[in-house]
Amino acid sequence: MALQDVCDFLETLDDSSPCTYLPNEMGYMWKTPFEFDRDSPFHFLFPPQQNSRKSKAPTLLSSTFSRLSPHQQPFQLSHGTTTLGFIFQDGVIAAADTRASCKGLICCPISQKIMPIHSHLVVNTSGSGADCMLWERILTREMRLYQLRHRRRLSVNGAAKLLSMMLHPFKGTNVCVGATLCGWDGEEAQIRPETLQSSVEMADVKEAMKQDTTAISDESALGSEKMASKNEQEDILKDTHATVLDQNTKNALSTFGGRSGPRVCYVCSDGLQLRGELISVGSGSPYAYAVLDDGWKWGMTVDEAVRLAREAVFRATHWDAYSGNNVDLFHITAHGCRRRDREDLKEEYYREREREKEKIRERAKERQKTVG
Amino acid sequence: MISSQAYGDNGKMKDYHYSGPVEHKFSPYAFNGGTVLAVAGEDFALVASDTRLSEGYSIHSRDSPKCYKLTDTTVIGCSGFHGDCLTLTKIIEARLKMYKHSNNKGMTSGAIAAMLSTILYGRRFFPYYVYNIIGGLDEEGRGAVYSFDPVGSYQRDSYKAGGSASAMLQPLLDNQIGFKNMENVEQLPLSQDKAVQLVKDVFISAAERDVYTGDALKICIITKEGIREEVVPLRKD
Repeated sequence: MALQDVCDFLETLDDSSPCTYLPNEMGYMWKTPFEFDRDSPFHFLFPPQQNSRKSKAPTLLSSTFSRLSPHQQPFQLSHGTTTLGFIFQDGVIAAADTRASCKGLICCPISQKIMPIHSHLVVNTSGSGADCMLWERILTREMRLYQLRHRRRLSVNGAAKLLSMMLHPFKGTNVCVGATLCGWDGEEAQIRPETLQSSVEMADVKEAMKQDTTAISDESALGSEKMASKNEQEDILKDTHATVLDQNTKNALSTFGGRSGPRVCYVCSDGLQLRGELISVGSGSPYAYAVLDDGWKWGMTVDEAVRLAREAVFRATHWDAYSGNNVDLFHITAHGCRRRDREDLKEEYYREREREKEKIRERAKERQKTVG
Repeated sequence: MISSQAYGDNGKMKDYHYSGPVEHKFSPYAFNGGTVLAVAGEDFALVASDTRLSEGYSIHSRDSPKCYKLTDTTVIGCSGFHGDCLTLTKIIEARLKMYKHSNNKGMTSGAIAAMLSTILYGRRFFPYYVYNIIGGLDEEGRGAVYSFDPVGSYQRDSYKAGGSASAMLQPLLDNQIGFKNMENVEQLPLSQDKAVQLVKDVFISAAERDVYTGDALKICIITKEGIREEVVPLRKD
């Protein structure tokens, strides 16, 4: 229309257009928006554009929604956290606090930021709570589909790439997801038809894990450390049938190198992907990095690693206002993931104060001895 | 509620000092006030809301409750923008019927919560300005409360307050129902009568200090026998 051309008014988006996902090369996973994909659970509604723009030339980036300016939202979404993940010789540790805050108000003091995706992969989420929760559900769904189609589990790097590609169309909008994928890659994850054999071997593995847990709790110096197998883990294992290890692959996995072993990957909604040994995300991450850098070494035992992670989250919650309440800890090995009971850090502050008082009393006694 | 948004960069309150020319755009959202609360017990659940519908300095209605019955075992409380509350409840009811027709059984509270999460996230870029709380009984007959944020993040709690007076009520509930920060106290499970009395007291306090809460209180008590309603008058000023 003439007036539209004079004002350079861009055509508005169809109100009910589904989200334009990925280009056609990925056609087997995502369909183009105008082939109605009934399998996809999400069809994002985008509001019609209110602002006119000077340049109308479509660019390669037109598949992203950065040109849309959202309406001024009268509420804030939850942000602010401390999460961390690191690898060591005996697996991966993932730890996080449990506070979800909305610009000054604590919306939820007991949120769960570490979510298991499958038996050998766990994701630490940070950023906006709703985005993390929903994208984690989408990722779980896609990984399960991959596993069913290709008869093997997707590796941690693969999952990171998948998540990054799924988030790319939303670059420039205010979707805020900072996910750390922590898991164990293993080539042994073939789905076997002999489910009976798998359940028998699984029982052996569980026995071994139970013995591990009692050993650790005996050694621990701190009061209430308990390693308990997650109840859901058994359900996950039954579903996938894919965590069976026979003796040969167990030996192979014990030598780290090549394509199997512990992995930690960070994916951000900006498009950043990082791989490394030690990753911490969130407003409390500088404090966590300080503690982790000091104590991390590849050859740590499980007990040392757990203690290090817990200490890092504890110090971060102390210094950062947006982190706090409890600490969750997961430990992933070739056998699966184990969850430590959620620990309330409030008690730890009182214990720390007691320990400080003890030290002061000790020093006073020493001084008296030298003087007297 | 005074928030940091009320103060401009020079420390003065934005509403009462000239801070430069301001362009007012059409905003599709309005804030209609109201408070919702839900509590889950051993074998019951309560969803309570006030009945005042306000906007700015006016009261549109004194009899607009914010609890909506979804099934025989689930009630949802929605506060925020009334237009979005009405549309959202219509959509939920339609989806409930669709589920019933395709699956030949009603939706459980957990299923409704998961479905609502996806409905809300589908509008991630133009959200429903509604704070939802679902209260009901789970498959085992125990009370369940699911609290949501406007874009679909949710989790199961034992009690939650939402809406304009939520920041005032939530700490009180933490103390009385969650026994937080109390020492040497016997932690008894909450009985239905005690819960109803607590909810009444809590709303009376909220009406004292929050201008958007008042007029009347409607409590829906969900047990395996069904849903019972009680109405209690509150301050009308």
